[in-house]
Amino acid sequence: MSDTVKKFGLFAGVGALILLTGVLQSWNSALLILNMGLISAVMALGVNLQWGFAGLFNVGVMGFVALGGLATVLVSTDPVPGAWSSGGVRIVLGLILGAATVVLAALAHRRMAKGKTRAVVVLAILVVGFFLYRGVFDPGVAGVEAINPAAAGNLGGLGLPVLLAWPVGGVLAAGVAWIIGKTALGLRSDYLAIATLGIAEIIIAVMKNEDWLARGVKNVIGLPRPVPYEVDLQASSAFVERAAGLGLDPTTASTLWVKLLYAGLFTVVLLILLWMAQRALHSPWGRMMRAIRDNEVAAEAMGKDVTRRHLQVFILGSAVCGIAGAMMTTLDGQLTPGTYQPLRFTFLIWVMVIVGGSGNNLGAVLGGFLIWFLWVQVEPMGLWLMQTITSNMADGSALKSHLIDSAAHMRLLTMGVILLLVLRFSPRGLIPEK
Amino acid sequence: MELLNAFVVLSNFVLIPAIAYGSQLALGALGVTLIYGILRFSNFAHGDTMAFGTMVVVLVTWLFQSWGINLGPLPTALLALPFGIAGCAALVLLTDRMVYRFYRVQKAKPVILVIVSMGVMFIMNGLVRFIIGPDDQQFADGERFIVSVRTFKKLTGLDEGLAIRTTQGITVVTAVIVVAVLFWFLNRTRTGKSMRAYSDNEDLALLSGINPERVVLYTWLIVAALATVAGTLYGLDKTFKPFTFFQLLLPIFAAAIVGGLGSPLGAIAGGFVIAFSEVTVTYAWKKVLGYALPEGLEPTGLVQLLSTDYKFAVSFVILLVVLLFRPTGLFKGKSV
Repeated sequence: MSDTVKKFGLFAGVGALILLTGVLQSWNSALLILNMGLISAVMALGVNLQWGFAGLFNVGVMGFVALGGLATVLVSTDPVPGAWSSGGVRIVLGLILGAATVVLAALAHRRMAKGKTRAVVVLAILVVGFFLYRGVFDPGVAGVEAINPAAAGNLGGLGLPVLLAWPVGGVLAAGVAWIIGKTALGLRSDYLAIATLGIAEIIIAVMKNEDWLARGVKNVIGLPRPVPYEVDLQASSAFVERAAGLGLDPTTASTLWVKLLYAGLFTVVLLILLWMAQRALHSPWGRMMRAIRDNEVAAEAMGKDVTRRHLQVFILGSAVCGIAGAMMTTLDGQLTPGTYQPLRFTFLIWVMVIVGGSGNNLGAVLGGFLIWFLWVQVEPMGLWLMQTITSNMADGSALKSHLIDSAAHMRLLTMGVILLLVLRFSPRGLIPEK
Repeated sequence: MELLNAFVVLSNFVLIPAIAYGSQLALGALGVTLIYGILRFSNFAHGDTMAFGTMVVVLVTWLFQSWGINLGPLPTALLALPFGIAGCAALVLLTDRMVYRFYRVQKAKPVILVIVSMGVMFIMNGLVRFIIGPDDQQFADGERFIVSVRTFKKLTGLDEGLAIRTTQGITVVTAVIVVAVLFWFLNRTRTGKSMRAYSDNEDLALLSGINPERVVLYTWLIVAALATVAGTLYGLDKTFKPFTFFQLLLPIFAAAIVGGLGSPLGAIAGGFVIAFSEVTVTYAWKKVLGYALPEGLEPTGLVQLLSTDYKFAVSFVILLVVLLFRPTGLFKGKSV
């Protein structure tokens, strides 16, 4: 019973922190924190699935989140006229050729007898395949990127409703996770960590440089939204009247209303995923996963296929991260590959899971909200702290201005300190696994 | 003559940069591999340790420059290096005392230590950004070139020039000295031998009276020195930016794993393998081939296998291939 009270208390505490932000700062920033907190909670659920359930050390979260964002662009934007005829087909053909080369090389490697001939054949397939691929692929890219480069220059999307992008983001992330898992999951835990770290960097590099895909660092802006636009709300007389009835001016009311709608959508997704994760945890499957995590050898002796289960949970967790990534890009209304940084999108999620309580879904959700709140609020707090410290110093002194300017970097420091403190004094997190 | 020109171009754009970059990676990978061998975990904070040491060097360099102290043609940073090493050593020893020792005594699983090192990474990263800011910092001074393009052309009469920057020369010379001293230490001195013994078999080493805390202390000191030297050389050669150092983590780990984690010799080999592959795969070969191939066969395109932005992909693919086909690395490393 006291356990339930503790959980309730912790969640109420985080809720109170967000409400306090609303009262003291503005409701706008409170809702911003809430929305990103919901998304962070979903990401933390995904990482918890991999680390908490199965003990897989995935530090490539950023890559899967970015793939979700990519899915939003590919699903929801309108197709660029002429892009498919002027090179899109060639691009797809080139990609198929590239994939076929890899598959052929892998097949040759598996089927042929070990020896020098095999090495030569595999190498030959790879080299010839690479040049074929470049030969078909490059003109296609040039064709697509030549179309109105200032505003488009990419293939564009399918023009479908943006909400559809969320599950598609999950599927895209799951597909890439399958490829990665097939090659890297046999590795030891810290090798897997390095491998996933590298894959995330590669995914970001691809998104930054392949302009035909989603315009690269030129960014895609103005993505369609699942909720009404503020301008339209302000123009609607019914809305203005209702806002006036609540004593709000139409501008504030419209921004708040839009954010509330987003919060509603995100809450639905979070609740569904949380429910599924809880069911999984308390099912025979969940018990098996934890058994594998705690003792792989024993689980294998009991006839469990460890590699397959690892692959399964790796794909599921990555898919959840992909969904969260699609939600985040939808909320931002733009895809900016340049802003994906491992500290923010991989390691911060890890802090959330560890602080919340790895192996416990509710813990991961709590960690998502709490750490996101701190991530946002440490900056103003740091600024306040620095101003207090420097209040006695002379105005215009170099040290004073340096300290105040550097306050923004307090957040990384704080996150590290929080992570280390939790690991040391409460290694199982705020809501420990049962 | 044509072939000679091709070779000069090749040296200028591929061989020399790759050798310099490889030396920097090798020094970084040596630090990672030593921690893995002795303390038995992958240190995610290594990139930021390098950044911290380099930051101290940069600050001391600026101080010296403001005092008007310099080394003439050599960069002042060399003079500041010992201070950087001392600062970095103080930081890592403090971290070890306050963070890692607790888990070492508990004999925590390696993966827990990796997560702990993630926390340390956050703190060091924050610290560096807090002190020096997230931007690019220039601290190289002294003579820019050992051999400049113009003098080379005048000397040899070739069409193509060859430039060797001072920083590249210093990188290679320093790396050779540091590696020589390190191997002498590991193979000849009592402490070095006890470190290797501890790395090979912890229980046996403890049994024969080796003091583990002393081994750990020396390891951190060496790692701090290696990290600072590697970071400073990289910073002199390219530029100092905290985020770039964090990103170096990937090629450094790739180098250490490719060579075989825990094997110092492997770390050096791995560093050069990664550096040479990165540079060759992302270099546009048009000019070299233009000289090397007979008339009429010159390539029309750039002959660049991958764009420069995919250099991470290169280290990663090599890493994956080595892990799949030879999981203990080129030189037999350990697999805990």
